[in-house]
Parts: sequence; C-alpha cells; structure tokens
Amino acid sequence: MSAYLGDVVVLARKDLLLELRARDTVPAMLLFVVSALVVFRFSLPAEASDLAAVGLLWIAVVFTALLGLTRAFAAEREQRLLDGLVLAPCDRSAIWLAKSASVLAFLVLAEAIALPAFALFFAPVGWETVAAFALADLGIAAVGTLLAAMAAASRARELLLPLLFLPLVIPIVVGGVGASVQADPGRYLAFLGLYDLVFAILAWASFEYVVTE
Amino acid sequence: MSLRNNAGPAAALGAFAFLLGGVALAFYWVPDDADQGFSQRIFYIHVPVALTAYACFGWGAWKALRLLWTRDQRYDLESYTAVHMGVIFGVLTLVTGSIWAKISWGVWWSWSEQQLVLFLVLFLFYSAYFMLRYSTDPGPRRASMSAVYALFGVVLIPVSFLAIRLAENFIHPVVFTRDGPQMEGTMFLTFCVCLAGVLALATALYQTELAGKRLDERLRELREALA
Repeated sequence: MSAYLGDVVVLARKDLLLELRARDTVPAMLLFVVSALVVFRFSLPAEASDLAAVGLLWIAVVFTALLGLTRAFAAEREQRLLDGLVLAPCDRSAIWLAKSASVLAFLVLAEAIALPAFALFFAPVGWETVAAFALADLGIAAVGTLLAAMAAASRARELLLPLLFLPLVIPIVVGGVGASVQADPGRYLAFLGLYDLVFAILAWASFEYVVTE
Repeated sequence: MSLRNNAGPAAALGAFAFLLGGVALAFYWVPDDADQGFSQRIFYIHVPVALTAYACFGWGAWKALRLLWTRDQRYDLESYTAVHMGVIFGVLTLVTGSIWAKISWGVWWSWSEQQLVLFLVLFLFYSAYFMLRYSTDPGPRRASMSAVYALFGVVLIPVSFLAIRLAENFIHPVVFTRDGPQMEGTMFLTFCVCLAGVLALATALYQTELAGKRLDERLRELREALA
C-alpha cells in the first residue's frame, strides 16, 4: 500500500516539477478562464440575472479543465514516456491517480483565480458554490484523465477529447449549477459526491486497459 | 469461427410476426387512452424502442466487460455492433418521442421531457464512441479502449437519469411505477407484444450486422494472406 502511494507521489511530483519548470499549462488555463469570463460578460444581455452568469462560470471552468486536459498527456506522448511508464514495475492505476492529482492541482489553481474574478465581475460567491466546485473538480480530474489518455492514443487527439468529455460532464454541470443557484444545495452536493465516487472507482479500475494492449 | 448464423432468420421472422400483431392490436384492439386519446398509441412503438435501445447498450457493455475480462478479441466486434444498434434505436426513440411531444404538448422538443433529454445525452455520448473508434488504429488497444468507453456509457445512463431528474420538473407520463404497470390488461398485453417484436427486430439486425462485419474481417484477412 505504501509502495503504491510512493509511486503515486513520485509520478505526481514529476508532473508538478515539469509544470514548475516549463510553465506550459497553468498560465494558459488562468488566462483562458479570465478571458472566457470577460467574453461571457459581453455575451449576456444587460438585463440578464446573476443566475445566468453562474451557469456561464461553470461553462468557463469546464472548458478551462478541457484546456488543461488536452495538455495532460502531451509530455508523455511527445517523449513516448507512457510506454516506459507502462513497463515500469508499478501498478498502472498509480499512473492514473498521479495524473489526476496533478490535473486536480492545476484546476484548483485556475479556480483560485476564476472565483475571485467572478465575484469581482459579476456577483459574490457563496460557500455552496465553492463546495460544488471542490466536488466537481474531483470528478472532472478522475474522468478527464482517463479520457485524455484515450484521446492521446488516437489520431484525432485534441479534437477527440471534447467529444468524449462533454457528454460525461453534463451530470457535473447539472449538479454544480444546481448547488450554486438552488435553495437546497444539499441534494446537488450529494449527487456530485456520488458522481465522483462512481466514476473515480470506474476510472481507477479501467485505466490499465486504456494504456496497455 | 463460424460465419453461419441461424438465429438471424428466426429472429427476423419473429420480429415480423410480433410487430405485425403488435401494430394490429395497437390500432384495432386496445381502447383509446382516457387522457390523450388516439395519439397515445405511439406509446406501443416509442416505449419498446426506448427499452430496446437500453437493452442494446447494456448488451454492448456486457460484451465489453467480457472483452476486458477474457481479452478475447471477438467480443470487440460484438460490443461494437450492439452499441451500433443501440444508437439506431436511440435515434428512433428521439424521433418518435419528438413526434409524440408535438402531438401531446404542442412542441417538438421539451427540456422537461426527461427520457428525450436522457436519450440526447446518450446519443452524444455514443456518437463520440464512434469517433473514438474511427480515429484509433484497429487492434487490441482500440478494442479495450472502446470497451472501457462502452462501460462508462452504461454507468452514465443511471447517473444522467438522476441528474436530469434533479434538474427539471417533469411532464413525461410515468407508466411503470413501483406498483407495477399503470395500465389496463389489454394495453399491457399489446405493449408486451410490441416489445417482443422490437426486441426480435434488434436481435435480427444485430445478427445480420455481426455476420456482415465478420465476413468483412475474414475477407480482409484472406486478402492480406494473398498479398
């Protein structure tokens, strides 16, 4: 067990270190999420309510996550690192867990900018919204990492990932927007938790089949 | 691998008989719905088609699970064909549901129609399944990736169902409740006949498509052997 966690920590540390040195992904995500919010501000009619803006915040975050996910396996693909990782004597699901952890870290960083920016441009953000984003991030990272590995193995790559990802993320958007705008956020937060649990287990169990033949 | 298939013609014959009988019963035997009148009779096609689509997706996921379990490549084609059939019946559900919505509620599309919304989500999801297959080189890697994606689909069905239920207020009639089917005996019998017909049709199509694809594969192998 501790060996497994050790593998995960080493692999996740590699991703974070790569990002710290190259700064490929996170700055792009931060800039993208702020630009998206500004564009959305102008896409809303002047008399639109803040509720509509909350929906757009979720869309902005989902697309920002997509941006990060398309880059998630870029280094592995360019350097053919994934073959090496699969050959390494560690559990394959550890690769998924480590990659999800780094994707999650990038996403949380992006939201640390997006939520204050949203509060500044549109309306204050309640605790329910923050909790919903925290839960949604887990699901997005878990499902997204698995799908990113699939897309990386295909010819279409960046083109394929949004197609695979968006239908699966609809329940997250439903739960997240519901928790942000409805009077009883508890049900929606519970639903997000359920989604995370179900899909994390599924992705954890099935990642091996995505990277091996 | 045998290319002969005997289940196909039998299923096709069954589909023809049951569907003919079902349609006849639906038009001439069952009474009009108290609430919706004559137009409610589309129920006898719409609901069996929707259930059959679910059955196809479920069958595809089961074959996908078998593939991951045994690594036997022949399940890949079976899973793919089942999903293919599921998408066809899913589109039919969307079309018949849309027609019924137009007659019943006066609109072609209603976001509070949970089954329609669910089928739209599934349609998008499984269309991406085809994109995944077409943009990956054939081989064991593609087979296992498709299988994983098909398994995600079958988990997505209840999760999306829950999500859509949370999101909207519904006008879709609920016939099958915890107390059993909420309809008359004649209606239920007609429904069962139609369901059997559509399921038999799906089986026949599945067998035919599978035989065709296997033949295709065999032909390619022979061609490669000759070249």
